[in-house]
Formats: sequence, structure tokens, C-alpha cells
Amino acid sequence: MQVLTDFVLRHPASIAEAAELLAGPGARALAGGTDLIANMRHGLERPKMLVDLSAIAEMGALRWAGAGVTIGANVTIACLARDTRIIGELPAVAQAARSIAGPGHRSAATVGGNLCLDTRCVYYNQSEAWRRSNGYCLKRMGDVCHVAPQGKHCHAAYSGDLAPALLSLDAEVEIAMPRSTRRAPLAELYRDDGARHLNLERGEFVTAVHLPAPLPGTRMAYRKSRARGAIDFPLAGVAVALAASAGRIEFLRVALTGTNTRPLLVDGTREFSGQMIGGALLEKLGKLVQNQVSPMRTTVTASNYRRQVASALAQRLVKELGLAT
Amino acid sequence: MKRILSLLLNGRRREDAVADDMLLIDYLRELTGLTGTKRGCDGGECGACTVLLDGEPVLACLTLAVRCEARRVETIESLGESGRMNRLQQAFHEKLGTQCGYCTQGMIMAGEALLRRNPNPSETEIREALSGNLCRCTGYVKIIESVQAAAGKAP
Ligand SMILES: Cc1cc2nc3c(=O)[nH]c(=O)nc-3n(C[C@H](O)[C@H](O)[C@H](O)COP(=O)(O)OP(=O)(O)OC[C@H]3O[C@@H](n4cnc5c(N)ncnc54)[C@H](O)[C@@H]3O)c2cc1C
Ligand code: SF4
Ligand code: FES
Ligand code: FES
Repeated sequence: MQVLTDFVLRHPASIAEAAELLAGPGARALAGGTDLIANMRHGLERPKMLVDLSAIAEMGALRWAGAGVTIGANVTIACLARDTRIIGELPAVAQAARSIAGPGHRSAATVGGNLCLDTRCVYYNQSEAWRRSNGYCLKRMGDVCHVAPQGKHCHAAYSGDLAPALLSLDAEVEIAMPRSTRRAPLAELYRDDGARHLNLERGEFVTAVHLPAPLPGTRMAYRKSRARGAIDFPLAGVAVALAASAGRIEFLRVALTGTNTRPLLVDGTREFSGQMIGGALLEKLGKLVQNQVSPMRTTVTASNYRRQVASALAQRLVKELGLAT
Repeated sequence: MKRILSLLLNGRRREDAVADDMLLIDYLRELTGLTGTKRGCDGGECGACTVLLDGEPVLACLTLAVRCEARRVETIESLGESGRMNRLQQAFHEKLGTQCGYCTQGMIMAGEALLRRNPNPSETEIREALSGNLCRCTGYVKIIESVQAAAGKAP
């Protein structure tokens, strides 16, 4: 493994100071480092300056306002997974947090880092020597995409587990920039480009996530498929939030990860309101999911399997949650 | 750039001049000579380098040493007392939870973090706590039995 390249490490104490530092050339936010340091050690990133966000106290809190909650970007994944109120009131968020990497990652990893983690591809997350012998690729230092050689688009998959759970619950993110902050729906943090998947300008970074109180009667869950039972990114991950009574959907939201260059809130689930949960509805839902995912050959697992599994997980969760008594 | 890192390492205060880009695993193995912490994959995938930071398991190969400023770091070397193994080490020894031994220190540190938080874990809880640690030898069964044997005993 490569040793780290020389960088300057800064520890700002406030959001404003961090934004100023991050506006500088070659600066990069460092949260838990479980994605960034690993990528730096693979030679995938060579930042000139690391801006360690961990000393910014105001980003470290979990604050409830009624049944809604603001989760600071520095809150660790371990804290989120263990928080009794999150487990009780927002179980999909706790399930997603618990499924991230392993315990040794989760105690360092943060909510902000998880939302912003880099996209992944089997031709990219490899050692320097491996990539060099393969002529590198579009995402870094090369000019061909080995996944779709005819195109000029990187299809590396967004594989964070928290984003779908948060998307299905209408999360918003708080984004700091030099001298101000803005708030945007979580979906707008992402763009459809595996080589540059975040809508963040230089100097901008995520400071918190806001979750509104879930609508009355909401049931929710997150489930992922992965090659092994732990320390593994999702081949496909699905979050479902719904309300149902007497077997009939009141509202339904489905969000996905691992299948596209960004996490996806499935479009068109509004049509299911008022419908009975049964074979016909599940079949329609399965098709809807299959039409919107676009898994590419970015993992050693076949893309069609990931497409099928995304659809099957969505159907299963809707059935389980919708028909639970 | 180097700065003075001041931390509590295995119960003792230490100060060292440490470069910003030095990883905790290199600080431990190269600078302090504590080679009990093993370098397995060296990339965050295997758990062999697990140490405790303020009582929580972390991966020394993904942690910058200077981030341990004013914090408490514990390695496998801190567990025994007066040359005697602690309950968990003894259990790994007796229940044959260790074969080649390469993963063992990481398993024990992850298990130690669990037993301090939860002295009587269920098998599922043990499996979950050790789920970030890979072993190429034992098949895991003996490792889980070792943690079970140590559970409920005084440290
Ligand atoms: C073996 C292994 C298995 C893993 N398995 C999973 C998994 O199953 N699921 C999963 O989701 N992840 C997984 N991960 C990735 C990673 O551990 C998690 O995503 C983690 O939550 C990242 O958070 P962090 O705080 O460590 O981020 P960091 O590594 O510190 O940062 C990640 C990226 O986000 C940027 N960033 C950090 N904070 C902010 C911010 N506030 N605003 C803007 N940008 C920011 C950084 O610049 C960097 O590019 C795995 C990693 C490893 C090594
Ligand atoms: S999708 Fe193509 S360009 Fe993107 S990382 Fe993979 S091989 Fe590289
Ligand atoms: S050596 Fe750190 S996780 Fe493998
Ligand atoms: S005992 Fe050999 S790797 Fe676990």
C-alpha cells in the first residue's frame, strides 16, 4: 500500500474557518477518513491540504425538534446506529447505519463522509500498479472508461448506505460555503456523473442533515444486498417509507443506492396511493425500479443481478412493511 | 509538517514529534515499538490493525496519528497485567481461538471493546462486533467460543 503523499493538515474550529480553508486550491475535507484515507493510500487522491472537520463542535450534535431531527455531519455512524431514539423512531436510518462497513470503520466514519463518499468501480478502487497496468481510466489519469469504452462518461456507482434511507424520508442538507450557508433537498447534493458526483463548489461542504417528522403512520426500512455479510458496500440497497391501512397504500417512497452514479429516489410511486398491496402492485413496482436503475459493470457481480436484486428488495420491503400488522 | 502529539498510550502519557501524514499504525509499530498491532491488508479491509481509541475500536491503518491528540489509545500490549494474560487473551489461548495468530490481536481488541460495553453478549452480538475482522485460519467458530468463554468473567 502506498504511503500518504505530503499534505498540510488543518484543524479549523468553526464552520466559517473550514469554508475559507476549503476554498483554497487542492484542499479536501477530512471527516472520519475511512473512505478518503483508504483512497489516498491507493493513490486515488493527492490533496495538498486536508481540512479536518472533527474539531467543529457545532457539527457534532444530534438535535431533535419534535419528531424531526437535525443530524450534524460529524455525528459518527456508530452513534447513529446506537441511538435509541433513532432506532425507535427512524429505524431505516439505524438499519442503514448498522450496515455500513465494519465496527472499526463505524466508530470513526461520519454522516457527512458517508453522504459524500466517492463513487466506486472495480476498475478504479485498485492499487496504483493495478490501474497503471490497465492504462488507468477516465475517472482518473486515463482517457478510456473500461465499463463503457465507447462513451465519455464515468459510471462509477454511488454506494453510500445512508443516502437512500434519508432520501426516502425527505431529508435536506445544510451546506456551508465561505460566508453563508444554504439548505437543499438531499437529492440535489448529487449529480449524474461518476467522476464528479457532488453538486458542491469549492469551499462548500455539508454541515448537517435535517429530517422532518415522518408523516403519521410511516413505516420504514432499509435493506442491502452485498457479496458478504459484513464490511461490504451494497450491490444494491433499497429504502422504503410507506403508510398503509387495511392492505392499501396511502403513500410510498422508494430510494436506491449502489445502482447508479447517484442515490435515487424512485419516480412515479405516487401512483400507488390508494392501491391494494398485492401481486399486481408489486409487479408494477418491480418494473418501475428496473426501469430507473442503471447498474453498469462496475462490480464483479453482474449488473443484471444488481438490477433484479434492487427490484426484488423493493418488492419485499413493500410487502413486509405494507402488510405488517 | 511535524507537530508534538501528546496522548495517553496504554495508560501512559507520551509526547512525540509526529508528521501530519503519519498513520497510527506506523506511529505504533515504528515510533513506539509496539508491534503487537498487526498490518494485514494495510487498507481498511481486514481489522488486523484494530486498536481502541477512547475505548472504541478503530483501524490504525486508516487513522492519522495526530488525530489521537489528547485521546486514549490502547493496544494489545496493554491488556495483560504483570505478565499474565487478561480474561479474553486467556480464553483465546485455552479455546484455541488463535492459529497462525495474525488476526488475533485485532479480534481481541474488537472483542475487548464489546465486553466492556456489554459484559454478557449474545452470539449474534459477538458476531456483529467481530464482523470487521477477517481470519484466514480458524473458521471463526473457535474465536466466537473464546469470546463467549471470556464473557461474564472479571477483566
Ligand atoms: C472496507 C470498507 C468497507 C466499507 N463499506 C461501506 C459500506 O458498506 N457502506 C458505506 O456506505 N460505506 C462503506 N465504506 C466507506 C466509508 O467507510 C463510509 O462511507 C464512511 O461513512 C465514510 O465516512 P468518513 O467520515 O470516514 O468519510 P471520509 O473518508 O472522511 O470522507 C469521504 C469523502 O467525503 C468528503 N467529505 C467528508 N465530510 C464531508 C462534508 N462534511 N462535506 C463535504 N464533503 C465531505 C471527503 O472529502 C471525502 O471525499 C467502506 C469503507 C471501507 C474501507
Ligand atoms: S466507470 Fe469507467 S471511468 Fe468510471 S471508474 Fe469505472 S472504468 Fe473508470
Ligand atoms: S491492516 Fe488495517 S484493516 Fe487491514
Ligand atoms: S488465526 Fe490465522 S488469520 Fe486468524
